[in-house]
Amino acid sequence: MADASGADRAPLASPALDLPRPPAFNAHGVWAIYRFQMARFFRTLGESVATPVITTSLYFVVFGGALGSRIDEVQGVGFGAFIVPGLIMLSLFTQSIFNASFGIYFPKFTGTIYEILSAPVSFFEIVLGYVGAAATKSIIVGLIILIVAAFFVDLRILHPLWMAAFLVVISVSFSLFGFIIGVWAQSFEQLNFIPMLIVTPLTFLGGAFYTIDMLPGVWRDVAMFNPVVYLISGFRWSFFGESAGDVPVEWSVAATLAFFAICLGVVWWIFKTGYRLKN
Amino acid sequence: MTPIVSIRNLEKTYTGEFQALKDVSLEIERGEIFALLGPNGAGKSTLINAVCGIVTPTSGSVAVAGKDIKADYRITRSLIGLVPQEMHIDMFETVWDVVSFSRGLFGLAPNPSYIEGVLRDLSLLDKRKSKLMELSGGMKRRVLIAKALAHEPQVLFLDEPTAGVDVELRRDMWEMVRRMRERGVTIILTTHYIEEAEEMADRIGVILKGELIVVEEKSALMAKLGRKRLTLQLQDRMEAIPPELSDWALRLDPDGRELDYEFNVHDERTGVPSLLRRMSELGIAFKDLNTTTSSLEDIFVSLVNTKS
Repeated sequence: MADASGADRAPLASPALDLPRPPAFNAHGVWAIYRFQMARFFRTLGESVATPVITTSLYFVVFGGALGSRIDEVQGVGFGAFIVPGLIMLSLFTQSIFNASFGIYFPKFTGTIYEILSAPVSFFEIVLGYVGAAATKSIIVGLIILIVAAFFVDLRILHPLWMAAFLVVISVSFSLFGFIIGVWAQSFEQLNFIPMLIVTPLTFLGGAFYTIDMLPGVWRDVAMFNPVVYLISGFRWSFFGESAGDVPVEWSVAATLAFFAICLGVVWWIFKTGYRLKN
Repeated sequence: MTPIVSIRNLEKTYTGEFQALKDVSLEIERGEIFALLGPNGAGKSTLINAVCGIVTPTSGSVAVAGKDIKADYRITRSLIGLVPQEMHIDMFETVWDVVSFSRGLFGLAPNPSYIEGVLRDLSLLDKRKSKLMELSGGMKRRVLIAKALAHEPQVLFLDEPTAGVDVELRRDMWEMVRRMRERGVTIILTTHYIEEAEEMADRIGVILKGELIVVEEKSALMAKLGRKRLTLQLQDRMEAIPPELSDWALRLDPDGRELDYEFNVHDERTGVPSLLRRMSELGIAFKDLNTTTSSLEDIFVSLVNTKS
């Protein structure tokens, strides 16, 4: 049978090929992914903004008005203001996970992931594009909630730079987490499984609307194993200072960075092995 | 000259132990049109996906323009454009947006005039603001090609490019492929339409159960494996083939009006003159005769049947 290598063939006459010299960092590629993802957000801007505005307003009506009127203060802060950081965190978690998981799951579902995998973009650049866009969207939603909250309660932010840092790092971390869920998920049901069954309960039990001290004895100890407690506590500290936190802020910073590092490590492993992407 | 694509001992075993590629080696020269034929599940798409970086090979190596696809993936992927077999598109986006996205993704700065040119070549320019969900199947297929061309590739993989498209579009695509080749672009296509390979390819590879069983110049393959059929229209109806003609592998049609004889054009003795002489001696007259050369499809079916 014929020689399959083709090495015995005379080469075709073509001018020498000028090999491209791609840059070390594919900025155009990152921007293309980021812009493409953000375009979806802006295309549905009405829904994107209206949902958090309405939800936040309802929370203030229920917790701030109906229930909050029966609670004077929590750790020296009015109840209405006290729930604002938890409310922002709740949205930040769900928005980051939803945006990032949907962002990577949708190309997998439609098959357009082939183009990402065959493009000259590194795993870092892909993550930067997808996670960057997801984090940007959730930060925008978080800021919208903050602005809406300011209409309902008298807000003060003691450490604005720390508040911004927590906002960014937690958004990015949960977007990474969402990215992992999006890669792992093989159906829309699985896509919703972890946010609905794990993240939302952990957030509600993580002191979003109360302090851990309010819990009965044994539950207070159990709550300390909930990582979300540390994130919400740190974010609340940036608003109201030491007195409003459940744990020392150093613990919160450590927990936030640890969560970020774990998610980054898992994402790195996904791209190294091609888990549920390449095989 | 360095081959534009060089595949060495490539193997791919999927989870579940299914071996999709078995020790595949292949070199493709720059500027040629190479057609990869094979039945469903033969490994055609796996081979393409491995070269493009979508599937991680189990072993072996692939180089594009002399550069390893792992170590120098930024260079090799910049050179490759891929039109996938399935209709993988973002239904909610516009033609212009998805094609521009592809260009950016492959690391190139925006170039609206180039994108316009690509869309014009593919008769998509007037649809540039349309969402993909509004386009016909054929138009969507054109968009996939436009996306693959958006970053000015030197190697274009077309995985079943004309599956499910009408005849007119198929002709348009063949024309587009020829234009690409004139610009020095190497084309590697898989197809079920064997006439497509026959029409366009310089070389043909046949893959079966993950093995590349033949790689040959199209003309050489047809000559080497090509068979001819001699059909004799008999003057008088024949009940059965006489025993005196048993030396020739003849076939009588059910009406007894036509006698077929298949022979290899490259055999030193085709048996045609002696058959005609013998028939004359036996007084079997014929009123007409014609010969037909086997098509690539016949060759492919014969190869697949022999190997399977």
